[in-house]
Amino acid sequence: MSERPKHLFLERQSYRRRRLIDLIRMCPVIGAILWAVPLLWRTDGAEQISTSDAVVYVFLVWLGLVLMSAFLARALRDGGDADGDGS
Amino acid sequence: MGTLNMLVLVCLVYVAFLFLVAFAAERAAIRGKGGWLRSPIVYTLSLSIYCTAWTFYGAVGYAARSGLEYLTIYIGPSLVMVGWWWVLRKLVRIGRTQRVTSIADLISSRYGKSNLLAVGVTVLAVIGTTPYIALQLQSVTVSFAVFSDVYDASAPLGEQESNALLVAAGLALFTIIFGTRNLDVNERHHGVVMAIAVEAVVKLFALLAVGVFVVWGIGGGVGDILQRIDASKIGTWQIEGDRWATLIFLSAAAFLCLPRMFQVLVVENDSEDHLRTASWAFPAYLMVMSLFVVPIAVVGLDLLPAGSNPDFFVLTVPLATGNNSLAMLSFLGGFSSATSMVIVAALALSTMVSNHIVMPIWLNSNFGGATVSGDVRHVVLLSRRISIGAVVTLGYLYYRMSGGGTALASIGLISFAGVAQFLPVLIGGIFWRGATRLGAFAGLTVGFVIWAYALLLPSFGTGTLVSEALLAQGPLGIGWLRPQAFFGITGMDPLVHAIFWSILLNALAFFLVSLGGFPSPVERLQGAQFVNVFEHSGTPQGWSGDLVQSEDLMIMAQRILGAREAQGLFEREAKRQGMGGVLPEPSPDFLQVLERELSGSVGVATAHAMVEQIVGGASVSVEDLMAVADETAQIMEHSSQLEAKSQELSRTARQLRQANDKLTQISSQKDAFLSQVSHELRTPMTSIRAFSEILRDTDRLSAAEQTKYSTIIHDEALRLTRLLDDLLDLSVLESGQVSLNVQTGKLDGLLDHAIATALTGSGQDSLRIRRTRGHKQALLRTDLDRLSQVFINLIGNAQKYCDAENPELRIEVSQSNGQVTVDFIDNGHGISKKDQAVIFEKFARAGVQRASGAGLGLAICREIMTRLGGTVSYLPGQGGAAFRVVLADQDQLAAQ
Repeated sequence: MSERPKHLFLERQSYRRRRLIDLIRMCPVIGAILWAVPLLWRTDGAEQISTSDAVVYVFLVWLGLVLMSAFLARALRDGGDADGDGS
Repeated sequence: MGTLNMLVLVCLVYVAFLFLVAFAAERAAIRGKGGWLRSPIVYTLSLSIYCTAWTFYGAVGYAARSGLEYLTIYIGPSLVMVGWWWVLRKLVRIGRTQRVTSIADLISSRYGKSNLLAVGVTVLAVIGTTPYIALQLQSVTVSFAVFSDVYDASAPLGEQESNALLVAAGLALFTIIFGTRNLDVNERHHGVVMAIAVEAVVKLFALLAVGVFVVWGIGGGVGDILQRIDASKIGTWQIEGDRWATLIFLSAAAFLCLPRMFQVLVVENDSEDHLRTASWAFPAYLMVMSLFVVPIAVVGLDLLPAGSNPDFFVLTVPLATGNNSLAMLSFLGGFSSATSMVIVAALALSTMVSNHIVMPIWLNSNFGGATVSGDVRHVVLLSRRISIGAVVTLGYLYYRMSGGGTALASIGLISFAGVAQFLPVLIGGIFWRGATRLGAFAGLTVGFVIWAYALLLPSFGTGTLVSEALLAQGPLGIGWLRPQAFFGITGMDPLVHAIFWSILLNALAFFLVSLGGFPSPVERLQGAQFVNVFEHSGTPQGWSGDLVQSEDLMIMAQRILGAREAQGLFEREAKRQGMGGVLPEPSPDFLQVLERELSGSVGVATAHAMVEQIVGGASVSVEDLMAVADETAQIMEHSSQLEAKSQELSRTARQLRQANDKLTQISSQKDAFLSQVSHELRTPMTSIRAFSEILRDTDRLSAAEQTKYSTIIHDEALRLTRLLDDLLDLSVLESGQVSLNVQTGKLDGLLDHAIATALTGSGQDSLRIRRTRGHKQALLRTDLDRLSQVFINLIGNAQKYCDAENPELRIEVSQSNGQVTVDFIDNGHGISKKDQAVIFEKFARAGVQRASGAGLGLAICREIMTRLGGTVSYLPGQGGAAFRVVLADQDQLAAQ
């Protein structure tokens, strides 16, 4: 954003932290994509998806997201929360 | 009616329990023992006010009608929470740095602290939230009715209404007691938050209990329930893609924009760390909350007669199977959901109404502004309390007027769509510096008009507020303006249609008007602070308050913060400025701090207006404008300053290193000097001692011998004296304590005198002096005695050390550039290269020791010349030893 000259390379720990934050940023995108899958399902005809399957799918995605976020939140805390600026 | 009495009793006990919890939490917070009040778990649970009675009862009804579509309402917020790094983190940081008290406060603060905008947002928020509060009241009264077996679609509503009124009054009371206990500058309500956290646990537990009962009590476990689901009328996936996607977006938007959600997410947030935990814990909470909804709906559809209201399956299923205690628990769960929502919504809305509507009006109308004396805190509190009452009453009136007929879910969605109109302005405000106040006005207006026209008005039913003809043909027959088919695009789901167009056109108007306008300085400043909150959280916008009276500010602050708090604040600030007393200088920094503190109590816009009233307008200094205009330049300057500082540091380090080297050298020189001095002193002392012993101990000494030995002792004593004189002289010169006796004289005469003195006592042949007649008439103004001492020393040296067959000394005087130089050149072998470096050091003697002398002469010469402002140096390459004396410029006066 700014013209501030930044260091070209970071030390290993900061580098890992930035990548961790990248992953945290990607979480909602991953979730949105997975939860957009039902858009592809047919709503009529013989090949309709049964509600029980749909329930299982939606909740599995949910569980996956929760676990992933919990893991990442923990990793972020362990990595130290020095400055919040993840740019 | 026994059940009903029981129910009322349980309700009262539960409410009493909540009062107790809230009271205990407040007490603990006041005593400073409230560490556990600020745990991430409490924060996460407080977010659960998202799950209102609409969730608790309505979700099952929603599922029974539309299958899995209800999940969208929870998926949206889950995505927002999981993506906390994008928006929530920034919102919370902004909320903390700017002391934001509500979403209206945030928006008004971002767009130049415009109170008009705050008023607009407040009104819209009230419009959007009132139906929702009505919905909660309705759910509580209907659940009462369901429970007490008097519920019938056609039953007279009298008793229900009185119940609703009681519930509304109770909720308002609770909110007033715990929401407006004090005027907290941080606007945090530990009691309320704790109570809703407890309610969150109760409703989760209640819904889980019913769910477990349904799955394992009525049904035959997971497999059986899955089969039942597939066999029911919602057994297949029937959700249109557009609704699925739109509703996920809508719920995500509402989660950020709902005033009550903003209250718990941002305002009541104690630490950004809590967000990290909530990022996974709250989605987990939502997941568990919605887990048993479909099973309950399916079993309810199976179990209960056709035509039963599916919205209350959570109650009716346990009741129908005779589980009264489970039904009671379920009722408490629903009651918790409804009450917690109403409490927080009323709190959030009352803060907005009081800060942005009541207080500005009161301040303007009463006593002509902010400078009157007296404590206004009670006015703020009173206005909050009245606002709470008004908000809840409004909800109750809406409930009475709407008749409580509409399905719960549809009211919820309409309300969501209303508050979602804040989204473009909110997101644009924190990510785009170009967003302007006019753009925000335009976007909000367009969005709300479309929302009201396309969604709210038709929702009251065709023929009531919107005529059939309007729906079919559009206003005045303009077809492309039909409320549910804009631009002639028909066939869209009405809800999707309204959300799509309102948000799209809202964002478009916001964007285009922002592009075209030019924001005011305050707007630009706030924009920069909001958007770059992580870069410079601490750089506030300043007041140029040189003319302000601190006393006026003090009077005003006392009225709002309370006398003791205000005095404490002022004293702290005065101390920070390094001043004694209680009143700090009204510096821009201090005004900024004061405004922040005030805004915790009365909102940003009002606080700004009050300070402005006293400061008198000009709120943006030239520096601030420059900061906005060329922030980049500033940053670059900052970086170059850093660079310069680092260079300066390394330069200093270098100098320090040099100084250190020199000190080390001097220290070793001193050691060497001491040992030299002791050596020099010891030699004459030894001979003096030896000869004096001889004189003392030997009896038969001839007179000649006696004279000889005495002479030796005398000579040595003289040498010692000379040495000590020299040392003394040197130390006086080096320490700079020497006082110069400045006289005027001719160089020529001075040289004559020096030669005569130096050669005294030695044969005239020993050293021949050749003098070039140059500018010897030069007139000098200096310490002639000292200069002469130098000359004598140099001539004496030549006499002592010149090793030529016929020693000869040339003295050449020359003058150039106003400087007089005197060269002493002999015809000996000169001084070796190695010795040239050290001859001016103390005790340095070049070559073989041919003559007596301590080796201090040249060192003294150098010191004298330094004192006189000139130099003496060795002149290499002249055949013999050559010394050049340069006299200081001002020492020489034109003789001609």
